[in-house]
Amino acid sequence: MNMPRKLVMRLVAVGALLAVAGLGQAADVPVFNLAIKDHRFTPTQLKVPAGVQFKVIVANQDPTPEEFESTDFNREKIVMPNSNITVFIGPLKAGTYKFFGDFHQETAQGTLLVE
Amino acid sequence: MWGISLLVFREVLEAALIVTIVAAATRGVARRGWFIGGGIALGVLGAIIVARFAVAISNAVSGIGQELFNAGVLLAAVLMIGWHVVWMSSHGREMAHQMKAMGGAVQAGASSLTMLLAVVALAVLREGSEIVLFLTGMKVGGANGLVNGLALGIASGTAVGFALYFGLLRIPIRYFFTATNWMLVLLAAGLSSTAARYLVQANILPELGSQIWNSSWLLSNGSVVGKMLHILVGYEATPSGIQLVFYATVVILLVVGMRVFGHVAKPAAANTQSDAAPMIGVPAAH
Repeated sequence: MNMPRKLVMRLVAVGALLAVAGLGQAADVPVFNLAIKDHRFTPTQLKVPAGVQFKVIVANQDPTPEEFESTDFNREKIVMPNSNITVFIGPLKAGTYKFFGDFHQETAQGTLLVE
Repeated sequence: MWGISLLVFREVLEAALIVTIVAAATRGVARRGWFIGGGIALGVLGAIIVARFAVAISNAVSGIGQELFNAGVLLAAVLMIGWHVVWMSSHGREMAHQMKAMGGAVQAGASSLTMLLAVVALAVLREGSEIVLFLTGMKVGGANGLVNGLALGIASGTAVGFALYFGLLRIPIRYFFTATNWMLVLLAAGLSSTAARYLVQANILPELGSQIWNSSWLLSNGSVVGKMLHILVGYEATPSGIQLVFYATVVILLVVGMRVFGHVAKPAAANTQSDAAPMIGVPAAH
């Protein structure tokens, strides 16, 4: 009976440590902002650092929903009208990565310049 | 209208491929049409409800509600597919035998069918809610051709599903359920890898390497073929480490599960096979 309980306690401890580590990581990550207006991104190119995790806040100023998506850095998240979303990205290698608004692909196009 | 139908097509396609695999895996099962039809209907209803509460879902759990919701839906589907696959490993041969003996209808376990109904419903719900949100936006934006675009998108997406279905029917019946079972295993593994991606996006899981490889020069996930393979076998042009971990874990768990539970039913299955073997390929040999 004692052994399993000990094991569970250890697992809980490890889990808690990981959670704390995760939270610590979240607090330090650099933040970048993107806006969507008239189904276009501003800025269309976002410069971000290579090799670190960062987060992008996408603010949709249109009255219609949009989906912030990238097949290059593998993210997708819906942004409701007049609201914000936060997406964690990276760490990425240096290079250019495309992203787009899935619901208005003709106009909503942008790139991440990772350097 | 074309832009609308293209987006609807892509979303419908993803759900249609999953429905197709489920339809093939339940081939010959009595009342299967009702289960699949019911799953689709529930999924459409669910999609409308989810789209209605999209703002609340998005804002939930300090902004990571969408990721948690998507990962939850995907992992629920993985569990249910897994349950069915393991169950089939002990009943599949028996089913193939019955199908030949009784000319089609098989009495499958009701619980296994309910699992697959839920898988269909969840697939339709996930892709359908995006369509509803997209169309709502288009309507607000005053776009024309909504109904035609929707109809065309659904028709073309469904057509690809049917094409795959009839292609699968060409697999000889002796190998049929083995093939569909493997398709379900890879489908489940792929869905779990997508769930992992959502949890990374929400910063709940570590990425363990952001791009283990990059095969987008060969086949991008943005292309239609890339999207189809993404659903069917979980293809990722730029997978993260954790996605590979999830994928491999699901494959290993299901293969082990199939071995362990398939073993229990071996004596009956061995009989079935010796009975069934002469029936296969006989017409061709004559």
